[in-house]
Amino acid sequence: MQQYSQLPLIEQAILTLAAMILASSLALLAQSRVVATIRLFAWQGVLLAVITALVALDIGDAQLLISALLTLSLKALFIPWLLVRQARLLNILKDSDASIRPGLILLMGGALVVFCYSVVQPIEVFAASVTRNAVALSLAVVMLSMLMLITRRKAVTQVVAFMALENGLFFAAVTTTQGMPLVVELGVAFDVMVAAVIFGVFFFQIRDSIGSLDIDELVRLSESGE
Amino acid sequence: MNAPGWILVILQTGLVVLAAPLYAGWIKRVKALLQNRTPPPYLQPYRDLRKLFAKEIVLAETTSAIFRIAPYIVLGAAVLAMSVVPLIALDLPVTAVADAVVLVGLLALGRFFLALAGLDAGTVFGGMGASREMMVASLAEPAMLMVIFTLAMVASSTNLSTVIMHTLITPLALRPSVIFALIALVMVAIAETGRIPVDNPATHLELTMIHEAMILEYSGRHLAMMELAAQLKLLLYSVLIVNLFFPWGMALTQAPASVEIAMAAIFAKLAILGTLLAIGETAVAKMRVFRVPTFLAIAFTVALVGMLSFIILEAG
Repeated sequence: MQQYSQLPLIEQAILTLAAMILASSLALLAQSRVVATIRLFAWQGVLLAVITALVALDIGDAQLLISALLTLSLKALFIPWLLVRQARLLNILKDSDASIRPGLILLMGGALVVFCYSVVQPIEVFAASVTRNAVALSLAVVMLSMLMLITRRKAVTQVVAFMALENGLFFAAVTTTQGMPLVVELGVAFDVMVAAVIFGVFFFQIRDSIGSLDIDELVRLSESGE
Repeated sequence: MNAPGWILVILQTGLVVLAAPLYAGWIKRVKALLQNRTPPPYLQPYRDLRKLFAKEIVLAETTSAIFRIAPYIVLGAAVLAMSVVPLIALDLPVTAVADAVVLVGLLALGRFFLALAGLDAGTVFGGMGASREMMVASLAEPAMLMVIFTLAMVASSTNLSTVIMHTLITPLALRPSVIFALIALVMVAIAETGRIPVDNPATHLELTMIHEAMILEYSGRHLAMMELAAQLKLLLYSVLIVNLFFPWGMALTQAPASVEIAMAAIFAKLAILGTLLAIGETAVAKMRVFRVPTFLAIAFTVALVGMLSFIILEAG
């Protein structure tokens, strides 16, 4: 293994950005305000786009540049815009959503990162590129998003968590295999976009049927549907 | 014995003790300018201290000896901690004890006696301040140690001089661990030195004060020493931040020329950091006391991410 300080600057930048994506995931976990959560998610998309572009430049892959552009336009601009718009229509933009104390969740998140690192270690040997160390981080982003999914009560923030989970999977694809084939990439991107739109419709459905976006309200069975 | 080295150590420590009020005054000045107030003169903190030293001491009847010796221990621990931190030169006789864990211990000693003194008079505010201070400390100390461990792993040593030397001699690398350690250390420093948003050093508001509540019973010389110790602690954290993360300009040898450059460099770096701190304090509102644990949990997590990213990404 090369010394870290002897790596080219671009690879150091890739690894630094990878660590920043992990930090943004933890920040998402701790953030309780709806609008700030969406904004953080947009920043995570920006980081992901930059890291994809850097990997593309590092290995000289033009297709990866396209998927970086796709990430930027979709995950950093379109989906956050859509979510903010819907949150504003539903009048929950300034709401806060935290069921457990953020400090406690953060510590759980830290433990989860350690767990991911120890799980990934045997796999890392097979990935040969400079980004192989980031595999643990991408798994951690996925796991942290799952933790966020189960600690949130509002539908909007759960959707953000779901999208962040997709970010983690994309990050894993970029770091392990230098990106999936462009066809797959386009298909997934389209799916995510459609999912965002459908979620938007669901927000209104949920609110209309139970009068709030609090998922905890959904545990009771009601026959009449009033 | 290395006589010139020891002279430099004493000179450096004396300079720091003299400069600490100036640094606190500088931050006050920048803040006042930013808030469209007339700034106090540079010498104002010195005048305050001189006035306090000249005043008589009033002791509460309920206090014990601890109340009287605490200012000396608090100030002594702060001065000792300050002499351990590499300020201008690296090649000094004290580098042997310039260990980060020792530093944390010295700070804890000072804080312990500060909290004891707060409890000693038996007033409500003293006890409240002491309990809050210990709450902040118990959460900030792990984060601080995590930062130190991260730096120690990068440099393979907990000695502050070795850490700084390592940064100076190895080629410059973009290290995620160091970036996160810097963010975490800044957060810990804000909490430990009682600045906004954790505590407001400029007010005696009953509900929110932490540090001011503990020293409420002090007067005269004792109060001056407590104030000086707090100013020293602020300077100490600032020096730690600038010298651990931006050590360029520090003197590697005891040659007069390089020491002069290092003096100019540390003055410039501290002036910039002080300005940034003042801007931050102007822009941010003080948070509720019950939000402080979350703030420090974030600091701890950032430090943890720094350490993990060293293990996962950099150690290979």
